[in-house]
Formats: sequence, structure tokens, C-alpha cells
Amino acid sequence: MAGAKEIRTKIASIKNTQKITKAMEMVAASKMRKAQERMLATRPYAEKIHTVVTHLSHAHPEYHHPYLQEREAKRVGLIIISTDRGLCGGLNINLFKSVVTAMKEWSEAGLEIDLTLIGTKSNAFFKRLGGNILSTATHLGDAPSIVELIGTVKVMLDAYEAGSIDRLYLAHNEFENTMSQHPQVKQLIPVAGESDEQLQTHWDYIYEPDSVPVMDSLMIRYIESLVYQGVVENVACEQAARMVAMKSATDNAGDLIDELQLIYNKARQAAITQEISEIVSGAAAV
Amino acid sequence: MAMTLHVDIVSAEEEIYSDTATMVFAPAEMGEVGIAPRHTPLLTRLKPGEVRVQNQEGEELSFFVSGGMLEVQPHVVTVLADTAIRAHDLDEAQAMEAKERAEHMLADNTADIDYAKAQAELAQSMAQLAAIKKLRKKS
Repeated sequence: MAGAKEIRTKIASIKNTQKITKAMEMVAASKMRKAQERMLATRPYAEKIHTVVTHLSHAHPEYHHPYLQEREAKRVGLIIISTDRGLCGGLNINLFKSVVTAMKEWSEAGLEIDLTLIGTKSNAFFKRLGGNILSTATHLGDAPSIVELIGTVKVMLDAYEAGSIDRLYLAHNEFENTMSQHPQVKQLIPVAGESDEQLQTHWDYIYEPDSVPVMDSLMIRYIESLVYQGVVENVACEQAARMVAMKSATDNAGDLIDELQLIYNKARQAAITQEISEIVSGAAAV
Repeated sequence: MAMTLHVDIVSAEEEIYSDTATMVFAPAEMGEVGIAPRHTPLLTRLKPGEVRVQNQEGEELSFFVSGGMLEVQPHVVTVLADTAIRAHDLDEAQAMEAKERAEHMLADNTADIDYAKAQAELAQSMAQLAAIKKLRKKS
């Protein structure tokens, strides 16, 4: 009986794996729903602060904030948001691919690059490959809080203010829907001024106590909120990607089990046929 | 009808309050401010404290903020609340921590990126993924 027992154990072990992937799929699905809610919850703040910053860039304040000024780039900063855990398909790899492409372009243009890494996967990747890493943050969990990002982002903002970097970019996955997430690299600083037709009027705020500190804290919060949104969106992407990956793993396990079951049945039948023919030929010999 | 203004209190992590009100009080850095409708545009920082909103029914609702920003437009008041107490020293300490984490991680690393190597590795991973996909389609 050729390996019928082995096939049976194999089927049992694949069934166990299937149970695990099925459980992970369901966990990811429920986590994704929560992550999506969290993503929506962060939106009002981001929209409000964006409105205020847009107002500011049109309000002709006497003080032009450095984050609004374009300057010649010699060195750029890049914040990369990856996941902490694996088993989420090609999510991180796709992101790193577009990051490396962008970085290669910059370095060919003679720009040097400083990195800030969020998530253990990007840490592992750039630890292996090198790169000038200024700050990192890992293990933010499923419900990241902005507090954990303040220091990490501040390192980059300080570098910008000190003039050691001239531009700041953010790379993360953009959540489109459950099935598709897109890696994107976007510019954070200088803040791209939008020309809003409705805001062409000349007016200004009263600043208390003074325009400089008020704008400083506003701009810092603006950048932080953009990074935070990126992190939250990336969590939603991670869960969605994991859900899809685990679903296909479960399906694959099912296919494998079907195949093995067929092989097992054949082996069993062959063994029975052989036994009968042995008995028959044994009886004939007597 | 009494004049009203729209109040939005939002933090980076969630929306806290969004409704119309007749009057808003906030703990601005230079002292508490009261904002009535048609206030002149104002932008200021907030100290940790209480934001009080008088709604149209005359009730007073209060929200605690640990600092943040207050933006006032004639008919819209926006409170961008911080979720954490912010102080220069505290931020500095967190920045130092983030830097240390990076240094710790980089103990044995070089600053030059081997782009060829990175792309080769990524290409390999992509190929693996593509192969898996193809295999899946076949079966």
C-alpha cells in the first residue's frame, strides 16, 4: 500500500494549516474594518488642518514659513512607512520597489538621501541594504497613536530646519479598496501651495501671541498629521492585503487537499486490487 | 433666531464635536478667549484646559484638550486638539529616542545603498510572487 498512510498524514497537516490561514483571514477581515473606521476618523482633522494651512498660504502673512518655501535640493529626506509583520502578500515589496526606484532617480540626480523608517519590515530591508537612517519607529500596533510618531517625525523636521535636508517625502501604501493598494511617494515639504480660486482675497489672521510661533506649531502638526494618516492608511492596507493573501492560501490548501485525496483514493484502490489479485492467484495455485 | 457659528473640535485620531453653537470659550495661550459669531479671523495656540461650547439650547458642553490650535473664521471655529501633552523638552526626548533606535539598529551598517543589489533582490521577490500567481491560475 504505497504511502497511503503518509498521504493521510499530509492531508491532516494541510487541513491544520488551512484552519490557521482561515482564522487569520477572518481576523484580518475584522481588523481591516476597524482600521478603515480609524482611517475615516482621522480624516476630519486632516481636512481641517489642510484648510487652515491653505488659508495661511493665501493670507499673506508677514512671516513666510520655511515649510512653504521651495529651496534648491542637495539632500532629501524620505519617511518610509511599512508594516510590522509579514504574511501580507507583496504589500511591502511593492512599496520598496517604488521607493528604490525613486531613490535611484534622486541619487542619479546627485541628491543624497536621509531615511526615517516606520515599521519593522522597512527596518529589516534597509538594515540589510544600507542607507543613511536618521530615525525609526516600530511596533506601532493596529491602533497607532500619534504620540509615538512625534519624535520620529521631529528628527526629520529638525533636519529640514537645520538645512541638512531640503525636501521631505513620504512613502506609504494608499488604500483604494480591499483588493487594491498602491504604493506612493509624495512630497511633504515644501508644502505644495494649492491655488484655490475662492481664497484669492487679501486678508490675514490675528495671531496670538505672534505669527511665528503659531505658524511653527501649526506646520509641525500639519506634517505630523500627514504622516499619521499615512501610518493609519498603511495599517488598513496591511490588513486588507493579509486578508486577500490568507484567503488565497486557504483556497490553495483546499485545492491541495482535493488533489491529495484523489491520490489517496487511487492508492487505496490499487492496494485493494492488488490484494484481491494476490488471493485469486494464490487460490488458483492450490 | 440668534446668530450662530459652526464649531468643529477634532483631534488627529478622531472627530470630537461638530455642531452649531452660540458661543465658544477656549484656553488660548494668552488667556481664555470667548468667541461669539462674526469674530475676526484669529489663529492661536491653546494651553491644556477646557473648551466650552454653548449650544443653541443654552446648554454648555465642555471638552478637555491637552493643547492644540484654535482657528477662528467669522462663522466657523475649528479646534485642532492635541491628543498628548506637548512640551519642547518632551518632543526633544522623543526625537532623541527615535534617533537612538536608528543608531542602535544601524550598529553594523553602511550609509551607501547598493541599488543594484536592492533592485535585484526586489526583482527576485517580484518574480517569486508572479510565479506563485501563475501557478495559482493554472491549478
